[in-house]
This record gives sequence, C-alpha cells and structure tokens, in this order.
Amino acid sequence: MSTRPRPLSPHLGIYRFMYTMATSIAHRITGIVLSAGLLLLVAWLLAAALGAEAYAATTAVLSSVFVKLLLAGWLLAFCYHLCNGLRHLHWDLGRGLEKAEARRSAGWVVVGTLVLFAALAWALFIRAGGLIGGTP
Amino acid sequence: MSLRSPLASVLGRGSAKSGVSHWWSQRLTAVALVPLTVWFVVQLAGLASVPAGLGLESVRAWVASGLTPVLLVLLIGALAWHSALGVQVVLEDYVHAKGLKLAALLASTLLHALLAVAGVYAVLRIAFTTGSF
Repeated sequence: MSTRPRPLSPHLGIYRFMYTMATSIAHRITGIVLSAGLLLLVAWLLAAALGAEAYAATTAVLSSVFVKLLLAGWLLAFCYHLCNGLRHLHWDLGRGLEKAEARRSAGWVVVGTLVLFAALAWALFIRAGGLIGGTP
Repeated sequence: MSLRSPLASVLGRGSAKSGVSHWWSQRLTAVALVPLTVWFVVQLAGLASVPAGLGLESVRAWVASGLTPVLLVLLIGALAWHSALGVQVVLEDYVHAKGLKLAALLASTLLHALLAVAGVYAVLRIAFTTGSF
C-alpha cells in the first residue's frame, strides 16, 4: 500500500503575505548569518591565541573592503536577531500575541534594529580607530 | 484480541518527557546571550575606539584581563549551543531527503562542537599565556 505524501512544514504558499511573516523568516535568515559569524569570531580568537603571524594574516583578510561590508551586514543581522529575539521571549511569556500587538511589535523591531545598528556602526566603524582598521 | 492493557502496550515505547528540552535550551541560551552579546559588542567598540586597539597586544591583554575570559567562554558556549539548536531546526524544516538531512545534521552538530572547543581553547590559551601572575 502506498501512502499519500504528507504535508511538510513550512508550506508558505497557502498564506496571504503579511509583513509579520517577513519578520519571522528574517529571524531565521539572520540566525543563519550569525551562525556563520560564529566561525569568524572563533577564527579571530584562535588567530590571537596562535601568535603574531596568524593574527596578521587574519586581520589582513578582515580589513579588506569586501569583508568589512560582510562585517557590517553581520552587525545588522545581530541587531535584528537581538531585537526580534526579545520579541520572541516576550511572546514566550504569553504576552503580545494578539494580531494588532504582533504587528505593532514588528514595527518596533524594525525601529530598534535601525537605531541599534546606527549606534554600533558608528562606534565600531566610523569613530577614530575603526574596526580592524588598516593600522593593526 | 490482546489481553494487554492499553498502558502496557505503550510502556517502553520511548519517553515523551524530552519534548520541551530543545525549546527550553533555545530559550535558556537566548536569555543568556542578551547580556553576553551586548557586553561583547560594547567591549569590541571600546577596543576599536583607540588606535591599534584591535592589534594583537591590545586584544590579548583584553582577553586575559579580569573576568573577560570567564565571560568569553560563557559567550562562546552559549553561542555555539544556541546556533546548533537553531541550525538544526532549519535543516529539519528545509532538507527533505532523508540521507542528506542526516548528513547535514551530523555535520552541523560536529562543526558546532569543534567551534565551541576551538573558541574556548583560544580564550584559555591567551588567558594563561598573557601578562604576569
């Protein structure tokens, strides 16, 4: 006897698109981006542990314009995942789950992400010194 | 017709008691990561605020100072655990081919374990070889 294929999650096509869906899928996407960032963090610490040669090689890679753009993207992903993660923890307490509340908090997540990103991008990239600058 | 009771027929079929452990671990690490990641980014901004603050000497001195190694080990552990749980769910949801799914889950778990151990090793090595006691 053959069994009919069961529906598998996530079957996205059956819902009308709402921007709260975008915040949900963005949480996953930024999560994956941050997982890749963990690789970078460990590589950086390991290079610092192994000595001057390894550290110089790593910072040479990190200070290229392309990687700096990646780092900025990673920072944006962090800001979003943090803000939306707090929203998820709030939901886990059983609060803010009404449709209108979830839509409003989605807006707050976007605002919080942009404010946090602007502040951190200024502190890490623009202020004197600069992140992984040309002067190691 | 079986003479076994309904209870006897389900006993030994595996416990359902681990059902919330994944969910709970994800939340536990999430709560821990809120202060840990904010602390880390603020520290990084502090390092970046001075010339050569992210140079080798400065970074090693920072990693070895005070309670920084303790917090860094906690950060790496919580990050790796949270990331492993998150990637696991994504793989379970989107990779449908059975063999590929198993291989991806194994690879992800092993890679996360490797990253956690490598990160902790790096922090401890810097902490134990920098500065004076």
